[in-house]
Amino acid sequence: MSDTHAQSVAFVRETEIPPAPPPEAQSGAVRWMQQNLFSSVFNSILTVISFTFIAWLVINVYPWFANGIWQADSIRECRELLDGKTGACFAVLTERWNQLLFGFSYPVEGYWRPTTAFVLLLVSIAPVLARGRLPNAMFILTAIYPFLAYWLIWGGTIMTPVVALVGFVVGYMAYSRLVTRSFAMGAFGGTAAAIVTWYLGGFLVDAMPNFLALAEVPSRSMGGFMLNLILGTVCVSLSIPLGILLALGRQSNMPIVKGICVVFIEFIRGVPLITLLFVANVVLAYFLPPGTTFDLILRVIIMITMFSAAYIAEVVRGGLAALPRGQYEAADSLGLDYPQAMRLIILPQALKISIPGIVNVAVGLFKDTVLVSVISMFDTVGMIRGPIQQSTNWLGIYWELFGFAALLFFIVCYSISQYSQWLERQLQTDHR
Amino acid sequence: MTENTAMQVSEEVAIEIRNMNKWYGTFHVLRDIDLTVQRGERIVICGPSGSGKSTLIRCINALEEHQKGSIVVDGTVLSSDLKNIDKIRSEVGMCFQHFNLFPHLTILENCTLAPIWVRKTPKREAEETAMHFLEKVKIPDQANKYPGQLSGGQQQRVAIARSLCMRPRIMLFDEPTSALDPEMIKEVLDTMIELAEEGMTMLCVTHEMGFARQVANRVIFMDAGQIVEQNEPEEFFNNPQSDRTKLFLSQILGH
Ligand SMILES: Nc1ncnc2c1ncn2[C@@H]1O[C@H](COP(=O)(O)OP(=O)(O)OP(=O)(O)O)[C@@H](O)[C@H]1O
Ligand SMILES: [Mg+2]
Repeated sequence: MSDTHAQSVAFVRETEIPPAPPPEAQSGAVRWMQQNLFSSVFNSILTVISFTFIAWLVINVYPWFANGIWQADSIRECRELLDGKTGACFAVLTERWNQLLFGFSYPVEGYWRPTTAFVLLLVSIAPVLARGRLPNAMFILTAIYPFLAYWLIWGGTIMTPVVALVGFVVGYMAYSRLVTRSFAMGAFGGTAAAIVTWYLGGFLVDAMPNFLALAEVPSRSMGGFMLNLILGTVCVSLSIPLGILLALGRQSNMPIVKGICVVFIEFIRGVPLITLLFVANVVLAYFLPPGTTFDLILRVIIMITMFSAAYIAEVVRGGLAALPRGQYEAADSLGLDYPQAMRLIILPQALKISIPGIVNVAVGLFKDTVLVSVISMFDTVGMIRGPIQQSTNWLGIYWELFGFAALLFFIVCYSISQYSQWLERQLQTDHR
Repeated sequence: MTENTAMQVSEEVAIEIRNMNKWYGTFHVLRDIDLTVQRGERIVICGPSGSGKSTLIRCINALEEHQKGSIVVDGTVLSSDLKNIDKIRSEVGMCFQHFNLFPHLTILENCTLAPIWVRKTPKREAEETAMHFLEKVKIPDQANKYPGQLSGGQQQRVAIARSLCMRPRIMLFDEPTSALDPEMIKEVLDTMIELAEEGMTMLCVTHEMGFARQVANRVIFMDAGQIVEQNEPEEFFNNPQSDRTKLFLSQILGH
């Protein structure tokens, strides 16, 4: 300290320099434009071209929106109303609104059921997404939601989902009793207890088919954006845990487990989703004993879940590999066993690294649900290309319908992506 | 220091290693290791890089598997039986060169995790124990920070506290100070000296010769996977027997 002082020249300021405002060009819009839009000749040319393009787009598209017709019964009526002007025929959206959202054979008087299920979905995933900012009691709703939603959408007696739920609860209780002795015993006992409960509960369901029953709606009546949402939520929430298990299995020391996981992942990743959907639609029927009806939606859910689980497994494996070996060793050296080390130390960190990748797969999966239109299911795209575009009233209408479908998907996918960015910021604790 | 070396060493055996051998593939890392550690003994292991020091102490809590010979820790034979391995690991604390704290948990959570999940201690009690040991390593005020917000020396002291929270009977240290700046080395060594004075059984891989002179009962010199020489610190430093030891000591004390 004193050394440096001794070497520097003595200097003491006697007058204060008064504060001055920044020079004009340093701040404000002019400076921003100079820096960002016109910083070089090349940049200026790009700016001019881009602005011209945007202006052209707005000038051409704006009248199409502004002149849009919202009330009409057919494309002919639309054209008459437009009277030669350019303009969109949004009337198809208002007239076919319910079909776009629910498909064409869901009973009209039951529309409130999927709508309620959708609202409850938002409420019940909130505590999962908000990470401890909401009361823990809300997790009860999350736990019963799948059963409630099934009852609301498919109908039938409430006993079916209740028995299913009770089976899980009984199985879990048996598991937690027995797992203290050994994991294998817990797993086996839990499964057995659940199966027995379901078997016995089956009689109860048969005995009272009208207890708190909603009109039954068969799976083939599901359609529209509702079908995309059902497939999307169910498959995402099933494929994340399955993907994690596959990733852990692939890292396992047990050669059989590892082998099964590797073969599964590599096989699924090597096959296009469309192929799997055709398998679900046609081929599976050959393998099933004749006369069994194995719900088509269930088959499709299984296929899409397997498909995205394989991708999620690879994403999670990347996250696992990115963790330093020291984390595994520290967990081991403290005496944590394998499940504890995974759940408390390894997965929280590996999943955090994997969030962008998992979200990528989830968004992709959600958009891929429109592929079911290829196996003649009437999801949003299936409805548009089938019943709506082929009706005589709306023959030849494209932009409005597909634009609307794109908007629906964009809203969902953009929200997912915004959420994941928020989550990543929340989990930022390492301050590296 | 004479006072320290005179500290009680009981006749009870804490670790007994017999004729232990380990290979990495075909590479023979540890050859015929024989080592008996009494309860309360403080042993410093040194030797050139790659001589197998880390491998040796990692074998003691089964982070590495040995292929031949036997290791008995606290009366429990180390075999491939997972029950025994978990038992030994919960009795043996370990500190690593790179601390290996859990970055997604706070300091307090780092310290309470294993007691809660392995020992099934109630959370309140585990937190009290954790605060006790954090006070001992002199950083109770950092309890709610994350590891990434602490200096290297503080992180290593947290790592020591984390191990101590399991109330281990034996502590293993693998070069706990070699990733630290000089001024932080002292704070970590002070913590370790305090621990030694309380009679903890310690095995410590380190090149801090001052520390070895002050606390060790025995210094072990390893080279090429073998124990070449072991002796009391005074004898070891002043009167080394083998040429390899002399060369090594002249290199690290020499400059
Ligand atoms: N996982 C491994 N696979 C193969 N060889 C290894 C592995 N780990 C260590 N080795 C080798 O075993 C030898 C002993 O390694 P070890 O880490 O025990 O040395 P060390 O004495 O601790 O050295 P340092 O002072 O550099 O830490 C080295 O030659 C090293 O290259
Ligand atoms: Mg080492």
